[in-house]
Amino acid sequence: MNLAVPKLQHHFEDLPKQAHAARLGMWLFLASEALFFSGLFTLYAAYRAHYPEIFREGVAHNDLVLGTVNTFILLTGSLFLSLALWALRAARRALSVLLTAATGLAGLVYLIIKATEWAHHMAEGIFPGGRGRFFVENPEPAWAIFYTSYYGLTGFHAIHVTVGVGILAWTAWWMHRERVGPAAAYKLAIVGLYWHFVDIVWLFLWPLFYLLRNPA
Amino acid sequence: MNDFLRRLLFLPEQASSVAREIDTLHYFVIGITMVGATGVFIAALWWSIRYRARSFEASSTTPQVQAGLAVEGGLLAFLVVLFIVFWVVGFSQYLRMRIPPRDAMVVYVTGKQWMWKFAYPEGKQTINTLVVPANRNVQLVMTSRDVIHSFYVPAFRVKQDVLPGRYYTTWFRATRPGTYRIYCAEYCGLSHSAMWGDVVALEADDYERWLEGEPLENFVQLPPGPPMARVATGLGPDLPAYPRGIAEASQPRSMADWGREVAALKGCLACHTLDGQPHIGPTWRNLWYRETPLADGRVIIADEAYLTRSMMDPMLELVQGYAPVMPTYQGLLEPAEVGAILELIRSISEPLPTPARAPEPLVRPPLPPGSLDRVDPARALEFIRETSERVTP
Amino acid sequence: MKNYLNCETTIWSWLSTKDHKRIGVMFLVSVTLFLLVGGVFALILRLEHLTPGPTLVSPNMYNQLFTLHGVVMVWLFLIPAIPAGFGNFFLPIMLGAKDVAFPRLNLASLYIFWIGAILTIYGVLDRAADTGWTFYPPYSSQTYTKATPVLLGVFVLGWSTIITGVNFITTIHTLRAKGMRFMDMPLFAWALYGVSIIQILGTPVLGIILLMVVMDHSFDWGLFDPARGGDPLIYQHLFWFYSHPAVYIMILPPMGVVSEIVTSMAHKNPLSYKAIAYSTFGIAFVGFLTWGHHMFTSGMSELNAGIFGILSMGVAVFSAIKVFTWTGTLYRGSVWIRTPLVYIFAFLFLFIFGGMTGVAVAATSLDVHWHDTYFVVAHFHFIMVGASLTAFLAALHYWWPKITGKMYFEGWGVAGAILVFLGFVGTFFPQFLLGNAGMPRRYYHYSEQFQALNVLSTAGSWVLALGLLLVLVTLIWSLVAGEKAPANPWNSRSYEWMTPSPPPKENFPETPRFVRGPYDYHLPLEPP
Ligand code: HEA
Ligand code: HEA
Ligand code: HEC
Ligand code: CUA
Ligand SMILES: [Cu+2]
Repeated sequence: MNLAVPKLQHHFEDLPKQAHAARLGMWLFLASEALFFSGLFTLYAAYRAHYPEIFREGVAHNDLVLGTVNTFILLTGSLFLSLALWALRAARRALSVLLTAATGLAGLVYLIIKATEWAHHMAEGIFPGGRGRFFVENPEPAWAIFYTSYYGLTGFHAIHVTVGVGILAWTAWWMHRERVGPAAAYKLAIVGLYWHFVDIVWLFLWPLFYLLRNPA
Repeated sequence: MNDFLRRLLFLPEQASSVAREIDTLHYFVIGITMVGATGVFIAALWWSIRYRARSFEASSTTPQVQAGLAVEGGLLAFLVVLFIVFWVVGFSQYLRMRIPPRDAMVVYVTGKQWMWKFAYPEGKQTINTLVVPANRNVQLVMTSRDVIHSFYVPAFRVKQDVLPGRYYTTWFRATRPGTYRIYCAEYCGLSHSAMWGDVVALEADDYERWLEGEPLENFVQLPPGPPMARVATGLGPDLPAYPRGIAEASQPRSMADWGREVAALKGCLACHTLDGQPHIGPTWRNLWYRETPLADGRVIIADEAYLTRSMMDPMLELVQGYAPVMPTYQGLLEPAEVGAILELIRSISEPLPTPARAPEPLVRPPLPPGSLDRVDPARALEFIRETSERVTP
Repeated sequence: MKNYLNCETTIWSWLSTKDHKRIGVMFLVSVTLFLLVGGVFALILRLEHLTPGPTLVSPNMYNQLFTLHGVVMVWLFLIPAIPAGFGNFFLPIMLGAKDVAFPRLNLASLYIFWIGAILTIYGVLDRAADTGWTFYPPYSSQTYTKATPVLLGVFVLGWSTIITGVNFITTIHTLRAKGMRFMDMPLFAWALYGVSIIQILGTPVLGIILLMVVMDHSFDWGLFDPARGGDPLIYQHLFWFYSHPAVYIMILPPMGVVSEIVTSMAHKNPLSYKAIAYSTFGIAFVGFLTWGHHMFTSGMSELNAGIFGILSMGVAVFSAIKVFTWTGTLYRGSVWIRTPLVYIFAFLFLFIFGGMTGVAVAATSLDVHWHDTYFVVAHFHFIMVGASLTAFLAALHYWWPKITGKMYFEGWGVAGAILVFLGFVGTFFPQFLLGNAGMPRRYYHYSEQFQALNVLSTAGSWVLALGLLLVLVTLIWSLVAGEKAPANPWNSRSYEWMTPSPPPKENFPETPRFVRGPYDYHLPLEPP
């Protein structure tokens, strides 16, 4: 069995340094990503402070079941990915490829459920920017703000999930094609960092848009 | 001393109760800045010359000198103390400027593109001229109709942003009668730099007489307005002067006259003329039901619907040969005012065979084209009324 | 000998290069181009102010010009100029590395920069935005000009900055040569470290908030529209949360340059290495807590205003540490007064003046009068032009021999520096007085009483332009007629001078081994 080892780039001393650099780079990138979301979270927090009542009603208006199912799907995906990493480190490539692909699949299912939810909202006449029938019946501006931030945050998150699914698919394919071994596990670990980050963001969105519905 | 420094620094006159002390802090801070910057600069120059390299070899090794902690620490401590002094003095002044005294009289201020409106508790209204009694605390309760503006009177050292949908207060006490310029200090679009006005501070009894109806011209000579207004008024011979001083309380004689007044007040006449001369925008003379070539090649009949659209969404149908500079008046013109302007345009056109219709106010929903789902016009109308009513003091 | 310039010469070898030096050079050329573009906008702004009324352009065009001037200068010139230009070129060399950690990403950041630049330039050509570089809603979401391409352009440029930041921090952590401890790094590397932190943590907030303005403007989302329940003040907070730290993105790298040049020209250890290194982080972190000083008149609470005021002065203390340390470094040195150092003299004076006027506006009550007047314009030009641009020019002369392999002309260099300094003072000193007198900024029309000072400022701007033109022409001419540069024309101890000029493709002829600190002038020089 030949296990491919990642190429050492000319400017690194050795492979562990190269792996360290890649990991560090990913962490820094994620710090940046976290602040991307924090901008939106700040918006949400500020508006929620302005309009606590309607935000609560808005959360209650969302579908708790779909949101919660989605949370579990994402978490399961993350679990798969952790297992995939373990499998690769244990040199069980086939299993690892399978688990990575399963993670990507979980992401896909998540996206489908999310899209269904959006479709429900649009059918009710809820569009970003306070457009649609729903806002004629509920003319308080806070409703528009709530749903605009809903679309903004979940949309931005969904973009990240989509990118993540793409990366996972590509990684699975790459692991399969290149017959990678444990030495390349750090690359999968980096993909994992990104994917777990995307999950964690959802773990914030879940309460903000599905759970915080009862008066304090 | 005060006056000398004030002139040296080009500061305007100190016409409010807080101006003098603020300037004192100003002199102090700027003085230290000058001395510090020059001092460090000279030290750097002096050391560079004093210790210039005598030879190439000399520059190969130099003694190691580490910071004398005492010197550097001392300098920093001095600086920190200095900063704390700035802050304590500055912040206590700031608090005084921000918290209006109890006994202040109130004037309501509305900023909008591009004018200031003042409403007095006694029921009077003025535009671009704020009349106050001297030596009395005046509190301004302020808001904006459209975008952010900032009410700024240099001679008073007073400035306050106004945001739409919120009320802000600031206050001042003019220490002597006179006329002081108001600027808009927050960028607000095309005529931001022409959003000028004046504060007229009157002696207490002159103020009473003004409240009772005596014209302001009896007390002061108003300085010329912003250049933009002069450009506009220089064009049409029969145009009303740019709205300065007191808005006439008298009712206009006809709908068209009212339209003329609205057009002047809202600044349309800064770009449009009534006498057939094209200006920044097309003239309104003979516009009524005329065929108008558009920039995209279409030709459109200038009927009420089109004219109203031109006011509410000017970018939608651009007239050929003009720059796309007209701001939208969405929410800034009351439906009745739109009607009045239409009536004005009709009144200055050659008689044309048009269906005799009363110009009905037509309002488009507040959405750009191509949006996903349209709000029904009834609600939009309501919405527009609401925004224009909510902020009227 | 083969060096990084002549090892391959096809255009494609440049466009596809992963060599940090070439990428740095391409960044330098790009930002200089945009300095020219932004500078031409500025000259038109100044010309317009020759008379109080209309002079040259229409009011609408004026508003577009200052917007684009601000956008181009900040995001297309100053933010990338020193980090992505000189930083890319010198950071790996100073660390004894062969390249940055992620060379491919590095090249990508150049292309992302150009995509952002092209979007912005497209925005300039087609109904340019007229919102001011601050893009305050609700005006920015309802203006009839096309704000979207410019906003998207800035968003894209942000990615280029983030990538550079990630790359630098990773490089510093993983690619220092054998034997180099953190406290052996040249001070320029510390400055880049500090600036990278801000780039990574600040830029995304700006990016997302500008994206929301795009949504408001193009799709009418109304997130910041008060008529629909939105709150424009939140935008201001988030904008300044980035844009205040961004001013330190624009000053920390110049500070790093000053540290290098002062020690090199004085041939002496910095008065305190640690003070300079640590104060960088003081600035970077406290700088994140002062954004509210741009909003003293926006109606935020008095308490907030007070806190932001005192914190702003806190940052100033760290800047002062640096200033005192640089100045003290000259003491008992062996100083060569050359063009780069002449620029540094100008830097010291103008930075303190600009910085202390920053402290002055942070004293809350004074800001009420000065906010949004030319005083603020003068404050930030003193720092961004007087300090940062000056340091950029100093760096250009200082490293010119290393980058190009040619010496610039010393006499012309000094002449250019003096002309730039005089032109600068002529342009921006009157603006302090204009602000005192009460002239608001972003004003097309102004009252007659301000004309004399405005004419003075306009005249100054032409001297400044002339000075810059002189610098540009003589530098380019030196490529043709300049003397060949030795490896170490300044007799400096910093590592970048320990390799030939221009450096070979792999930076050092053989793998470097550092046995002393970069500023150990008290030790006799031995080969690295
Ligand atoms: C590189 C850019 C840069 C830098 C470094 C700074 C540095 C500082 N700035 Fe500035 N600033 C801007 C760019 C910058 N600024 C811009 C672009 C704007 C306007 C934005 C807009 O509205 O468009 C602005 C606006 C601005 C304002 C808002 C003004 C207003 O709009 O009303 C304030 C208010 O506090 C401020 C404060 C400061 C302070 C306290 C510092 C401090 O960090 C300064 C610290 C430095 C020093 C203090 C000098 C150090 C030396 C000494 C202290 C030794 C002196 C010795 C003696 C005195 C003995 N700045
Ligand atoms: C890095 C940032 C930077 C730099 C370098 C500059 C450089 C200059 N700025 Fe800039 N300026 C800003 C950032 C900067 N500015 C910002 C952020 C604003 C606020 C915008 C807003 O309000 O939104 C502003 C606003 C601003 C205003 C206020 C406009 C207003 O409020 O109405 C003015 C007015 O004088 C001005 C002037 C100048 C001048 C004369 C220069 C000169 O230093 C430029 C000199 C450069 C050149 C001239 C080009 C190089 C020339 C050559 C190589 C020679 C060859 C060319 C010719 C001879 C044509 N600037
Ligand atoms: C800043 C300048 C400016 C101001 C102020 C302005 N306009 Fe205009 N207006 C224009 C320009 C330029 C055009 C032509 C391009 C276009 O259609 O937008 C125009 C076009 C029009 C048209 C269509 C004219 C035609 O020939 O078809 C109408 C109607 C109109 N404006 C009404 C108004 C009203 C009413 C106001 C004030 C409440 C006003 N304008 C204020 C610049 C302005
Ligand atoms: Cu109103 Cu500027
Ligand atoms: Cu700031």
